[in-house]
Amino acid sequence: MKVIVDLNKCNDHGQCVYSAPEVFSLNGRGELSFRDEARDIYVSDQLDESLRDALEEAADICPMQAIEIEG
Amino acid sequence: MAGVVVVGASLGGLRAADALARSGYSGGITLVGDEPHQPYNRPPLSKEALLEAQDFDAIRLRSSAKPGTVSLVTGVRAASVDLGRGLLFLSDGRELAFEGLVAATGLRPRALGIPKPSAGVVVLRTYEDLVRLRSELATVKDVAIIGAGFIGCELAASLTQLGYRVSVIAPENVPMLRPLGEELGAALMRHHLRAGVAFGLERLPVAIEGCERPERVVCNDGSSFEAQLVIEAVGSAANTEWLEGNGLDLSDGILCDERLSFGGDGRFLAVGDVARFPNLAFDAVPRRVEHWGIAVDTGRYAGKALGRLLSSGEVSPAFTPMPAFWSDQFELRIQSFGIPGLVTDASEIRVLEGDLDGEVVVGYHRDGTLVGVVLVGFAQSHMKYRAAVAESLEAAAGASS
Repeated sequence: MKVIVDLNKCNDHGQCVYSAPEVFSLNGRGELSFRDEARDIYVSDQLDESLRDALEEAADICPMQAIEIEG
Repeated sequence: MAGVVVVGASLGGLRAADALARSGYSGGITLVGDEPHQPYNRPPLSKEALLEAQDFDAIRLRSSAKPGTVSLVTGVRAASVDLGRGLLFLSDGRELAFEGLVAATGLRPRALGIPKPSAGVVVLRTYEDLVRLRSELATVKDVAIIGAGFIGCELAASLTQLGYRVSVIAPENVPMLRPLGEELGAALMRHHLRAGVAFGLERLPVAIEGCERPERVVCNDGSSFEAQLVIEAVGSAANTEWLEGNGLDLSDGILCDERLSFGGDGRFLAVGDVARFPNLAFDAVPRRVEHWGIAVDTGRYAGKALGRLLSSGEVSPAFTPMPAFWSDQFELRIQSFGIPGLVTDASEIRVLEGDLDGEVVVGYHRDGTLVGVVLVGFAQSHMKYRAAVAESLEAAAGASS
């Protein structure tokens, strides 16, 4: 399972951080920390299946609907 | 076979159907919506979709249910329901039997009962409303927005950024008074004023004058505002008519218990802004909550709770979410946690950090408990203040039990 974030859609609301703090965090500027490592589209490494519920919640609660779960 | 029917195919209904499907419920799930579209996201209608001329694909909501587990019926309204017999009657004459029901029919915008021309006066709730608004905007320069709530203020910001001359007309003395309080509302108003928005506050519109299209909005104090387009953003009414005749309290949305169920039966739940429920993390007063996030949270809770009840007879714990909402106006991100609107005593609303004319954090206190915070900017502090509200509520609950 991977998580994909469209960083052009993402508006740094940070709601994902409450749902899946193991995966999402904000940097010191209050931006999604994936912005420090990717432009346009962030694709995670393979993630543990135990995170699925939390990631689904994060995808549901994203105001910009920028998070997708693959696999 | 009687499965579950979710009535209302917007955010709350979709999330309820998704969560029910993911719970493994196998009795059949039907999602019924009166709009001709697949479920879509409404907040961008007053912001990104308007500013960036996004098309429907950009605002479509994805479903997390396995394909084939939820049947979507669009363009059909729920006409009535018989809860006792478990039958839903649709506007196209069909009947759907159910063992569980989720009411997610949301709100519709109110319109003012004042004289107005037949064209050039619009509301904004649906994608069709946005398409109409865009086509109306093509021929106008001056826009009057009636109503100074979040939608009115977001539209004022978006349209000013697009180059229109915008006036906001409302009875309150500052915009966003009820949810944010007077001081913060006044600070945000100064921001709008600097950006060029005109305000006509503490007055009521009495007529929209013009022959075929608006020319001006006339108010009860004799003032008038030039406008070739008028947007009414004066609040909403709950879509509950279809539930009448079942002995329910529908006086302001659907009265629910702390598990979102209504009619005294855990198999009937309401979600989204049509549900009036007590959030026991705050108190026992049932309230409707018109936040995007509550549509998601109630939907997820209801789908899961219903799946659990129908599969194993198990009753879920009470629904006690942390409410949160946001609003984007010009370059400002306004983020709220908790229920700031609970506090009306100005002395209980205090700046916690920053200052009102820049980035600021405002705290809303009730009986010594921090029941809400609103942050303008301070993006890096969202987590800290959300946690502060949660901790304060927990401490209050611990002290009273």
